[in-house]
Amino acid sequence: MTTHSNLNTETLLWLHETMLTIRRFEEQSKREADAGKLRGIHSSIGQEAVPTGICAHLRDDDYVLGTHRSHHHCIAKGVDLNEMMAELLGKATGTNKGKGGTMHIADMTKGMLGANGVVGSNIPVATGVALSAKIRETDQVSVVFFGDGASSQGSLHESMNLAGIWKLPILFVCENNRYAESTPFEYSVAGGSVANRAAGYAMPGVVVDGQSALEMFEVGKEAVARARAGEGPTLIEAQTYRYMGHMGADDPLGYRTQEEEDYYEGRDCIKRMEEHLLDGGFATEEELKAMNERVVEAVSKASEFANDSPFPDPSELTTDVYVSYP
Amino acid sequence: MVQAKNVRQLSYIQAVNEALRLEMERDPSVIIMGEDIAGGGEREEFQDAWGGPMRMTKGLVGDFGRNRVRDTPIAEAGFIGAGVGAAATGLRPVVDLMYVGFFGVCGDQILNNAAKIHYMFGGKVNVPLTIMTGIGAGTNSAAQHSETVYSVFTHYPGLKVVVPSNPYNVKGLYAAAIRDDDPVIICNNRQLMGLRFDVDVPENDYIVPIGKADIPIEGSDITLVGMSYTTRICIDAARDLEARGYSAEVVDLLSLSPMDEEAILESVKKTRKIVIVDEDYPRCSIAADVAALVAEQAFDYLDAPPKRLNPPHTSVPYSQPLEALFVPNKDQVVEAALEALE
Repeated sequence: MTTHSNLNTETLLWLHETMLTIRRFEEQSKREADAGKLRGIHSSIGQEAVPTGICAHLRDDDYVLGTHRSHHHCIAKGVDLNEMMAELLGKATGTNKGKGGTMHIADMTKGMLGANGVVGSNIPVATGVALSAKIRETDQVSVVFFGDGASSQGSLHESMNLAGIWKLPILFVCENNRYAESTPFEYSVAGGSVANRAAGYAMPGVVVDGQSALEMFEVGKEAVARARAGEGPTLIEAQTYRYMGHMGADDPLGYRTQEEEDYYEGRDCIKRMEEHLLDGGFATEEELKAMNERVVEAVSKASEFANDSPFPDPSELTTDVYVSYP
Repeated sequence: MVQAKNVRQLSYIQAVNEALRLEMERDPSVIIMGEDIAGGGEREEFQDAWGGPMRMTKGLVGDFGRNRVRDTPIAEAGFIGAGVGAAATGLRPVVDLMYVGFFGVCGDQILNNAAKIHYMFGGKVNVPLTIMTGIGAGTNSAAQHSETVYSVFTHYPGLKVVVPSNPYNVKGLYAAAIRDDDPVIICNNRQLMGLRFDVDVPENDYIVPIGKADIPIEGSDITLVGMSYTTRICIDAARDLEARGYSAEVVDLLSLSPMDEEAILESVKKTRKIVIVDEDYPRCSIAADVAALVAEQAFDYLDAPPKRLNPPHTSVPYSQPLEALFVPNKDQVVEAALEALE
């Protein structure tokens, strides 16, 4: 961990608090789903470090595009918890006015250009965002997160090729959580590596421990700097793990072992960061406890806000289909 | 036909080219992407090698440069999706889907992203994307390069669909589409590209509003509804009917979504008979949609059942004699009209 000694306390605490917020938010989301407030969520518990380490280097005017499993991307990009939870519950006060829900949270004021429910679908869109930044001659960066399942979609390969020939400011971040629903990575990805595929598209391909916020931070730092400097795209394969089932009700022990779950949970990103903070003297146990209480409070306020918010007016059914329609 | 004085005559392709040039001049956020849109990739010595599959973008790269006129690899999902992303972040991209049948490889980007983002994101993100695509049979190109399938896009909330029928309205509809804040699909029928039109195309830029039908021929006995190439057929049929003593009114839809229902209903309430001529497959077609509209909202005015004229429920054949049986023609329109009239 010596390579990370240059991280200041403020950054370390931000990383930790962001991951903690994601986890508490997801726990609350599950409670809301269990209470029948929404049908279910694709929980990002276990994968908190991936977007946190990347988004630490992004500005509000940089863009993130996500997947069906994107609550962690949104939180890491700074989307308001109240509006997120309200969106999950389909309320008028949600980020998308209740019209998108858990799989489509978007907030342009924070550069969150939307989660997307079709696997691989957002990758070309993110590529266009990077093209736009290049043509408009800004130094904005586009980041697209996708899973190991999406790495088999043609859209990724078409997009990496475009980003390669046009040297676009984009990060292709694969969250390899080892399962596309129930289908294991080693079955579905020929050659056993997503990162290796970068070689075919003239960009660096990096494998990183996606359960380490510090490792993610380092990799993100380099890739974002590279994109911002106009040096082109990077493919990052973050090796991580989804602790829960694919979406709520499924039992992951139907397709993976308890031993495997124990192994990955043993290297939990939040636990490891906590140890790093305490061992390095960056925070005391009391401070971490206070941080957790603050986060729990924020999440429970979000739940309160969402539950107290009204559903959209019936007239909203047919608004926002078009900007204008004579 | 005697040509009127001071008519500035352009071909359909020239009119599109002029519209693109004018829009790119007036708005630096307009870019064009597609396969062979300039041609020659970035080879200095082969600038403007192709000019688009139908030569509609010829010359643009010389004036606006490779940054704004981009050759793409053959990757429709990639570059049309990129058009969506660019549109959501400050540009007004025009992307070329060479033939509409290729939407099969990029349908996700058009139908799941371009169409849905504005709604799904609560109206907070606009996608001012223009997709131009080649449609239509009659060019001996077989089943995958001859479809129209505009009814598919019309079916989807969130998309606008326009079907120009001549050099004047295509120029104005391109301007309208590019300036529109919603995704618009412009269907260019390839048969129109080889025809001569005696319509005046003003040199300056102008808008033909999306969602407004045109009435190229007024009449009182029967309504003939056309769209894109079938408008031309309806006009020819109206002249034929005139020689037989009938006054046919031609409604040129120009837009399929939004559709000018008012113009259709107003016309049919006057003529009390209607033939809808549509080159798309018959099931769930625009013709079926218009017939339902008329049956539902103008039933009491009708003297005859609404008549749909589509190709048969079949893919487009290659062999020219067979293909000639596929596209609705003037004689079929006249026959259908006479059936209703007599």
